Amino acid sequence: MRWPWRTGNTGDAIARVIAVSLGLSVLVLAGLLIYELIDKSWQSISEFGLGFITGTTWDPVAREFGAAPAIYGTLVSSLIALVLAVPVSLGAAIFLSEIAPPWLRNPFSFLVEMLAALPSVVLGLWGIYVLIPWVRDFVEKSTLGHLSFIPLFSGPPFGLGMLAAGLILSIMVLPIITAISRDVMLAVPTSQREAMLALGATKWEVISGAVLPYCRSGLVGAVILGLGRALGETMAVTMVIGRGYNITASLFRPASTAASTVASEFNEASYGLYISALVELALILLVITLFVNIFARLLVWRIACSPGVIRE
Amino acid sequence: MSISTYQRRRTTNSLMLSLCAVSAFLAVGVLVLILGFVLAEGISSLNIDLFTKMPVPEGEPGGGVANSIVGSLITIGLAAVIGIPIGIGAGIFLSEYAGHRLGDVIRFTADVLTGVPSIVIGIFVYGLVVLRMGNFSALAAGIALAIIMLPIMARSSEEMLRLVPHSQREAALALGISRWRTILSVVIPVAQRGLVTGALLAVARAAGETAPLLFTALGNRFLSLSVTGGPIDALPLRIYRYATGPYSEQQQQAWAASFVLVLTVFVISLTARLLLRRR
Repeated sequence: MRWPWRTGNTGDAIARVIAVSLGLSVLVLAGLLIYELIDKSWQSISEFGLGFITGTTWDPVAREFGAAPAIYGTLVSSLIALVLAVPVSLGAAIFLSEIAPPWLRNPFSFLVEMLAALPSVVLGLWGIYVLIPWVRDFVEKSTLGHLSFIPLFSGPPFGLGMLAAGLILSIMVLPIITAISRDVMLAVPTSQREAMLALGATKWEVISGAVLPYCRSGLVGAVILGLGRALGETMAVTMVIGRGYNITASLFRPASTAASTVASEFNEASYGLYISALVELALILLVITLFVNIFARLLVWRIACSPGVIRE
Repeated sequence: MSISTYQRRRTTNSLMLSLCAVSAFLAVGVLVLILGFVLAEGISSLNIDLFTKMPVPEGEPGGGVANSIVGSLITIGLAAVIGIPIGIGAGIFLSEYAGHRLGDVIRFTADVLTGVPSIVIGIFVYGLVVLRMGNFSALAAGIALAIIMLPIMARSSEEMLRLVPHSQREAALALGISRWRTILSVVIPVAQRGLVTGALLAVARAAGETAPLLFTALGNRFLSLSVTGGPIDALPLRIYRYATGPYSEQQQQAWAASFVLVLTVFVISLTARLLLRRR
């Protein structure tokens, strides 16, 4: 009989255990993340209950914490970002996958990926010293400032505020949506395009009639992944949004998002309930982004795994 | 088909195609605009003191960010030491061991984890490590960055290991080599370049992160070399503090530090890409 440790099996068994535990570490991490956030925010959850989400007052001095302004700010700034970024991203993705000649495609794709690699804090620095003065002087004082009878464009021209945050977020989600939609479009079989071309369609008719409908769910997934990034983006937004805790229709006023509130206040939180409320804000952010990401991944996965897709 | 319909279709075609081209140029233009400012402002205030001197008290000219650079190197080093092996291990599990159902669950969880905001990871590690240890530290920051790297590493390593042809594994197994030896001596060496690329991209991502450091590294005006001893500085943290402060000397240093940070991140990403292309 051979000694067990002389056979390959012992080594294999050990290797298997190591690999399995490292693989499971991903699941453990996810579980621990949710547990830890619920645990640390329990004081705030039991004190405010559901009133935390609907409360509109955020006042650490009065020990009153309502997350509604932060949640509103998160949703509105992300919405602005999507409205601005989605048309440009889709256009750029169509250009990269369908129109650009190969010698232009690679450098452009590379540059778009570089834009995604820009650290958020650097974008924030640029936002403070370049974007904000520009927004103040050329958007809020002149063009959109003339429309101040619309509540959306009323308010003082600080530069700092919801509009600036939305603009900086649109720059951050642009490369993500572009890169994923390009990949999704490239996954559309050439035969689909050829069929349209054979019917005498123009290039644009091929794109709008064959390519886009074929990968629609993947494109929606790309946009939602961008949304997920926008919702959780912290540094650049914190630096340009200006810390305001009112729910107003005005895009020019300072506002705050869940992430920016946590980032700017966590180190000054002086008592347990305050910290707990900030952790609960992070928990709400986690839950929102989890839902958004799960939905988006399911859409993107479906197109990547759908049997109709044959990579050629 | 009438001539006018044909004309309309051709006009629509060229209009929409040009709009797409304009969008692509706009996207690239934004990058050029931002990089232009970082380059112009950064280079003009770049000097050797930035790398060799410590921060001076507010309002005084001169000084540098040597402590932040050292702090960044320490935290990212720790993150790499923790995150890369576990990430590659998870990748090996996904490509070599996992059954269909468990594999899909882990893959999906990793993808979703990639989308968790880094500030949430920061708060998580604050509760998990900082509160338990009783102080802010380089280790806590390293763990936070490692958690950000882990799902990225796991997915990229899996993809790279999957590219290794099955015939190579089978050839090794047919020689009577055990499975773990096959993975270690055949599969990993073949996928080596891809694994390095994935690791570099994950490091590049971690190097630019700021939000998780706020509650783990905290920041420190002085040089700290201790892994567990107390707060430590990092380049992104220093940029954040200086950029939001009122002193113009510090703001100039923030631009210079940004230039250094962007250059580092880009060089790492570029190296990763070139490595993959030479395959």
